[in-house]
Amino acid sequence: MALKARAGWLAGVAVVVSMGLAACSSSADDATNSGGPGGGAELSIVAYSVAQAPNQAVQAAFAKTSDGEGVTWVESYGASGDQSRAVESGLKADYVHFSLGSDVTRLVDAGLVAEDWDQGANGGTVTRSVVVFAVRPGNPKNIQTWDDLVKDGVEIITPNPGSSGSARWNILAAWGAVTANGGSEDDAKAYTTELFNHIVSLPGSGREATSAFLAGTGDVLLSYENEAIAARQSGAELDYVVPDTTLQIDNPGTVTKDADPAAKAFLDFVLTPEAQAIYAGFGYRPVVDGVTLPEVEGANDPANPFPTPGTLLTIEDFGGWGEAKKKFFDEDTGIITQIQVETGKSS
Amino acid sequence: MTAALSDSKGAAPEGGRVLRTNPRSTLTRGAGLGLGVIVLWFSVLVLLPLAAVVAVAVNGGWEGFLTTLTNPQTAAAIELTVLTSLAVAVLNVAMGTLIAWVLVRERFRGSRLLEVIIDVPFALPTIVAGLVLLALYGPSSPIGVNVANTRTAVFLAFAFVTLPFVVRSVQPVLEQLDREAEQAAHSLGASAGVTFRRIVLPALIPAIAAGAALSFARGVSEYGSLVLLSGNLALRTEVTSVRMLTYVENGNLAAASVVATVLLFVALVVLVAIDLLQRWLVRRG
Repeated sequence: MALKARAGWLAGVAVVVSMGLAACSSSADDATNSGGPGGGAELSIVAYSVAQAPNQAVQAAFAKTSDGEGVTWVESYGASGDQSRAVESGLKADYVHFSLGSDVTRLVDAGLVAEDWDQGANGGTVTRSVVVFAVRPGNPKNIQTWDDLVKDGVEIITPNPGSSGSARWNILAAWGAVTANGGSEDDAKAYTTELFNHIVSLPGSGREATSAFLAGTGDVLLSYENEAIAARQSGAELDYVVPDTTLQIDNPGTVTKDADPAAKAFLDFVLTPEAQAIYAGFGYRPVVDGVTLPEVEGANDPANPFPTPGTLLTIEDFGGWGEAKKKFFDEDTGIITQIQVETGKSS
Repeated sequence: MTAALSDSKGAAPEGGRVLRTNPRSTLTRGAGLGLGVIVLWFSVLVLLPLAAVVAVAVNGGWEGFLTTLTNPQTAAAIELTVLTSLAVAVLNVAMGTLIAWVLVRERFRGSRLLEVIIDVPFALPTIVAGLVLLALYGPSSPIGVNVANTRTAVFLAFAFVTLPFVVRSVQPVLEQLDREAEQAAHSLGASAGVTFRRIVLPALIPAIAAGAALSFARGVSEYGSLVLLSGNLALRTEVTSVRMLTYVENGNLAAASVVATVLLFVALVVLVAIDLLQRWLVRRG
């Protein structure tokens, strides 16, 4: 009886396997048949979600150049860390654009991106922004400085630095605001602890934090200038303040080792003043000189959209992402992780 | 494909055991084929991924388990998630049975509408559910209820997404229930309460238990609907799915798998407990 059942069982396996193989081969056919019109290259872009609209505008401009003519795109957008992990585990990518450098480092470690990807003039950065405070329209609590954030009755919302890699920029900016202005590490720790005492919500990602803020949570949202501008462009009711001391957010972009040559041409195009002006229109600060800034709708002053902060920190002030990640965000010993636990206990 | 094949061979004793425990097996050739397909399907979809999770978790050894589980943030998240899921399952047993009863036994204006609306929590993308809950029960609540960023928010989100489970498992059983037994009990002088407790409830218990189990399992894994409303505050409102995301973001897949394995184990224990309770109640009933 058991034997007979097993025979049937194997037949069942065979049926399902052959069905599976049929499905696999048909999808492979689809992929080879979908070459672009005019025989241009097909490029896969894997990027973090906020960059989608600006990238599409830049891709459209690229298509008008001789290098970009006929190039077709396969696009994938999502949370930066997830996108990087997807490429690491096999998602095809010719060009990647992430929120923070360690997401590219992951691909370098996996042998998918050249070691010297960040050795160019731009240091691997393709888009740039700064940490800002998004506030309620009219800034009713008059929040201007980092010290204002920890005044009585101010509620802060920021994406979760644990689950969202890009949220880590915000917390480092807070830390750096103390150390850059003469404070010691202990002062910075005390300030950041106080900051966490004022944090009422830590949504999973920047997008979710913005949604929660617009739905009424908190008085201040720690955000990026480009996201605040983009939110205002799409009609969101918020104002934003660029603090005097803030952190420069460098979003890396690069090509993979096996990328089609057209991907390199696209990367070169991304770094032209023309493309940077397009990014600026979406609220990003230019990463190259000589960019003619457009009127940036949604900026505090559309004619002068990117005011220079008094003190602008970069990730290098924290020893680069490799070191910062270990020191601040290690899940057991990281300073910020520990502050999160301590402030969780005390309330 | 080879992986799937070798695993299905590995899973063969499973199928064999089913046959052994039932010496007069009724399996015909066709049914055997069916069983084979089921086992393969089950292996590819469920057993393999689960085995992979456990394998990654066990890789770190006891020490890996210990470090992960003694992390105060993780321990608090597991406690909150499991206890809240249990509490919500209990709530659903009461509310779900009541809703099913009303839907089946009462006819009223809007009952058809209610019938359809019950399933909305199933259909709504959870992140949308989260936004809706935040708009209604957050700081700008139109009805003045603000539970945002508290443990109540976690409970509320779980209750929202698990609402249909008990209703949908009890409803069909209730519809099939022979009403003559109830009428007989009633004519013999039993009160409505006694009739429900002695006649109706015993028939419903397996369905209620199944619904409660589904509800618990869904709660343990929930992420989208509460991530906006609960605030993910360490030690206070952070649930296990957020903890696992944190581990993944830090490249610590082993720790994420440890949490997942512990949840799997807890879920298994709870499901078995619910099943035993259900059997005991039915036998006693």
